[in-house]
Amino acid sequence: MTEKTALTLSINGHAHAINVEARRTLADAIREDCGQTGTHIGCEHGICGACTVIVNGEPVRSCLMFAVQAEGKKIRTVEGLADGDTLHVMQQAFMDHHGLQCGFCTPGFLMLAVGVLEREPNISDDDLLDVLSSNLCRCTGYQNIIKAVRAAAEQMRGK
Amino acid sequence: MKPAPFVRHVPRTLQQALAMLSQLAGQDGRILAGGQSLVPIMAFRLAKPAHLIDINEIAGLDRLDSDGTALTIGARVRHAAFHGPAVDNPLAALLSYVARHIAHYPIRMRGTFCGSLAHADPASEWCLTAATLGATMIAKSQRGEREIAAADFFEGIMSTALAEDELLAEVRLPLLAADAKFGFNEFSRRAGDFAMASSLVTYRVADGKISEARIGVGGAESSPRRIEEAESALNGQPPGDPAFRAAALAASDAVDPLEDHQTNAEYRRDLVRAVVRRALEHSLT
Ligand SMILES: Cc1cc2nc3c(=O)[nH]c(=O)nc-3n(C[C@H](O)[C@H](O)[C@H](O)COP(=O)(O)OP(=O)(O)OC[C@H]3O[C@@H](n4cnc5c(N)ncnc54)[C@H](O)[C@@H]3O)c2cc1C
Ligand code: FES
Ligand code: FES
Repeated sequence: MTEKTALTLSINGHAHAINVEARRTLADAIREDCGQTGTHIGCEHGICGACTVIVNGEPVRSCLMFAVQAEGKKIRTVEGLADGDTLHVMQQAFMDHHGLQCGFCTPGFLMLAVGVLEREPNISDDDLLDVLSSNLCRCTGYQNIIKAVRAAAEQMRGK
Repeated sequence: MKPAPFVRHVPRTLQQALAMLSQLAGQDGRILAGGQSLVPIMAFRLAKPAHLIDINEIAGLDRLDSDGTALTIGARVRHAAFHGPAVDNPLAALLSYVARHIAHYPIRMRGTFCGSLAHADPASEWCLTAATLGATMIAKSQRGEREIAAADFFEGIMSTALAEDELLAEVRLPLLAADAKFGFNEFSRRAGDFAMASSLVTYRVADGKISEARIGVGGAESSPRRIEEAESALNGQPPGDPAFRAAALAASDAVDPLEDHQTNAEYRRDLVRAVVRRALEHSLT
């Protein structure tokens, strides 16, 4: 055991005071120390994208960051997308277009798509397709994910 | 899949970082930049550094500016900084086209240009860019500062001329001539994967003939490099299919291809010919 550091992570606007080793990944800290298990962990080495969260407005792989590096930053996870009982347009679009089956990859895809569209609302369709190639899904065959994100992108632009 | 324990150090200035590096390099201390190569390697326990010097809090290392002859890229500049135009020069279009081939969007948000060069994966797009354009690396340590030319920097697979206690503080990329043309192509089996072969080309055209050709090949040998034989096949010729095919063939003859479990030398040589020709064709679009 090495020394633990006390730090506060801000997740979806809530402060979580935790004690972690420097080697604790942000993904593990979000799930194990902060109890926010909506963020999933697949590969733990940057390949699958299941762990994607938004840190200070940037979609990132939370398994490739250490929790201590996220202190003082604004972290957003899938739990923060809905507004009360109203789903985020991206979540609603995933339901409407059957963008998920088992749902394991869904939080990562949602945070990826929302994170990119908030930064680049007018991203071209080609670039959006390239963005969606970042994450892996073992169920859907991707077509419905692409449909859902395109539909939500249009709605997000309209707002 | 959990990294082994380490102690994290967070310098606020470059001086502090260099002091820490000189003290800790001998005790298995390393720089942590974007973490997009180092953290996966640590998760696999292929690396178990005892100390990490996290340079993400150092102001001033995020420099990205041009003095009219070269673009200076500081150690904290992320791949995503090149998504849009980074400089008012044709180099900007080259960099943003190439950047889109590196990994995936979320990885480009964190990974750094200098980290890619320090990591020196043979297939890295930025290593190919640095080698092709003739970048100058600025290495700093407590012992002082030195410049390393790209041709002397890459020493093999994941190996560079940087000493243990040296930080790659900045890279200078020469600007392109206003009328310069560029082309890039890479082959990988899935979007975002490391390339099995890649090529970057730049040249100018005067009186209908190609001059100042630079043809770089990455992913095929242990380090990316310019291929002189291919450049001479191109210089003096009019841009077009015959010259492009001749240059591509010259490049594939000149390389000493890496082999791995899925690619033998002959196949990689074929890939080199294809990516060089496609990069040259891309230069006309
Ligand atoms: C799924 C996936 C796909 C990828 N695909 C590609 C790809 O297609 N092409 C590609 O090029 N890369 C790819 N990468 C790697 C990515 O580009 C990394 O960002 C890059 O290789 C390293 O940069 P970094 O800032 O993340 O460095 P880190 O991971 O922080 O460090 C890498 C190494 O360099 C050293 N280092 C870093 N910065 C410095 C410095 N300034 N001075 C001295 N030493 C330093 C570190 O000590 C470490 O040994 C991929 C990564 C992942 C996870
Ligand atoms: S768990 Fe982070 S990318 Fe797979
Ligand atoms: S819905 Fe099952 S992995 Fe994507």
